[in-house]
Amino acid sequence: MTKLKIGDKEFSSRLFTGTGKFSSSQLMEEALLASGSELVTVALKRVDIKSKEDDILKHLSHTQFNLLPNTSGVRTAKEAVFAAQLAREALQTNWLKLEIHPDPKYLLPDPIETLKAAEELVKLGFIVLPYIHADPVLCKRLEEVGVAAVMPLGSPIGSNKGLQTKQFLEIIIDQSNVPVIIDAGIGAPSHAAEAMEMGADAVLVNTAIAVSQNPVQMAIAFKMAVEAGRMAFEAKLATPKNFAEASSPLTSFLQD
Amino acid sequence: MFTELFDTYNWDEVKSSIYAKTKADVEHALNKNEKRNLEDFKALISPAAVPYLEHMAQLSHRLTQKRFGKTIQMYVPLYLSNECNNICTYCGFSFDNKLKRKTLTDAEILKEVQAIKELGYEHVLIVTGESNHNVGVPYLKNAIKLIKPHFSLVSMEVQPLEQPEYEELMEEGLHTVLVYQETYHKEDYKIHHPKGKKSNFNYRLETPDRLGMANAHKMGLGILIGLEDWRTDSFFTALHLSYLEKRYWKSKYTISFPRLRPAQGIIEPKVIMNDRELVQLICAYRIFNEEIELSISTRENENFRNNIIKLGITSMSAGSKTNPGGYAVEKESLEQFEISDERSPMEIERVIKSNNYEAVWKDWDQVLM
Repeated sequence: MTKLKIGDKEFSSRLFTGTGKFSSSQLMEEALLASGSELVTVALKRVDIKSKEDDILKHLSHTQFNLLPNTSGVRTAKEAVFAAQLAREALQTNWLKLEIHPDPKYLLPDPIETLKAAEELVKLGFIVLPYIHADPVLCKRLEEVGVAAVMPLGSPIGSNKGLQTKQFLEIIIDQSNVPVIIDAGIGAPSHAAEAMEMGADAVLVNTAIAVSQNPVQMAIAFKMAVEAGRMAFEAKLATPKNFAEASSPLTSFLQD
Repeated sequence: MFTELFDTYNWDEVKSSIYAKTKADVEHALNKNEKRNLEDFKALISPAAVPYLEHMAQLSHRLTQKRFGKTIQMYVPLYLSNECNNICTYCGFSFDNKLKRKTLTDAEILKEVQAIKELGYEHVLIVTGESNHNVGVPYLKNAIKLIKPHFSLVSMEVQPLEQPEYEELMEEGLHTVLVYQETYHKEDYKIHHPKGKKSNFNYRLETPDRLGMANAHKMGLGILIGLEDWRTDSFFTALHLSYLEKRYWKSKYTISFPRLRPAQGIIEPKVIMNDRELVQLICAYRIFNEEIELSISTRENENFRNNIIKLGITSMSAGSKTNPGGYAVEKESLEQFEISDERSPMEIERVIKSNNYEAVWKDWDQVLM
């Protein structure tokens, strides 16, 4: 399978993961190690960046993991830029999952503030991965301001409802010049495989692994599904036939 | 303002419509795939839903895990003052209650902060009575300034304020404001609050609107269970919540379920809500609103709290003191109510762990304000 390149980094695993909702940091560590994930997102609001002994960060200090701090909790571009700078300083990475959802109920991203913040953060030297609605035009606009990848949602965060935005994701994947990471809503390995078969470059999964009865086993299931889906995409899926082969062709008279 | 919507409802009509709900209504609410509405909520809190309690608990458990994961957020109250000019028939701090009044000084606040930090807390809830002269906005502003550097999240439960006053306190780092209506029964509200600023029912009812206009990060609603029929009061809370969520969509919401506890010089509850009913109410809220935060305090006893962790609750306090100075300064001063669960935060963390959940101490950062 081909490696995925984002910014200056290469990834063998196309399964990105979240770190919330686990019943313990220990279990989070075990599950994420088992998932093979090389990029894990951490909410700035959950970690104590002043402390070397932060429980979550301690469990993520493995060479396998690259940290992707996220700005969950901010409501505006201004707050996001401020939080991003603190995250960069504290966690020693210029990678950032830009999340601006002023709506705390459905956690849906604000496209206007996100575009504004992305533009500014790119200028400040960040590798920006914005979490957005599956909006193809917004993806192009973000590409224009220099984001490293786009992260459109499959369905609302934590909903486990799969690729409800499929029609738009297809357009985004078709049009994009930067990697497309499907984030949010992926509730089962079959959803992840579906996204990869469609040609998504990676998926980000959290709730489905963290809340399962056996997070380690579920992490492995997602790892396999992502690999299977990617392999199938690279091997070129046979296209489903829309028409049966007619026994009495209507155009046979054209043969001569 | 919510008062306009509220005035189109009639308490007695709402009450009889809840008690008229049937098994079919309950099954319809439970089996639905789409979002549940206020009529479904009525069915879920009705007596007709009692036989479905286990089913409700299973559903509530699943929905809560999906949204909040296997985590419980931890917070602790910090009582700054028990001075109060209101007469509330159910409250230990009531103006007509003869007790030694105490308002913490700056040095005392910091002493309390130190003691609370040693318990491991990152989220503190400051509480006062209503005494505008001694514990008004300037006092609160100063207190938040003192407290903020030590905690990642500061919440407040004090008298209702004006919108610009909320804005002023949020500038200082205030995140969440709790303001409980106590009861939505307008006539009986007057009986429970005969004197003081709190006796103005509508002013209190419009407080969440003012908070929403002030762009509060989070606000808390609730009733004091024991004053009036809890089912009818809970319907009005849900109505209030639905109204607020649509109008002030940038704010988060949390609900509490305080049951009236014994305290010196207060009334006996008019209505007793048993444990099964409280579980029913918690599950009904979760099934009705998958995103709402639900909080349980140390008013509830050990056994109940041990078992409620998995049923829909998302935040808990532990080791709480309900008297100003209770952690370090003056441990024996008169408390607002007697707590029922005296276990330490560390013991509660162990209980949470033994349920296969994680106690979350920090879920906010001052840099996000």
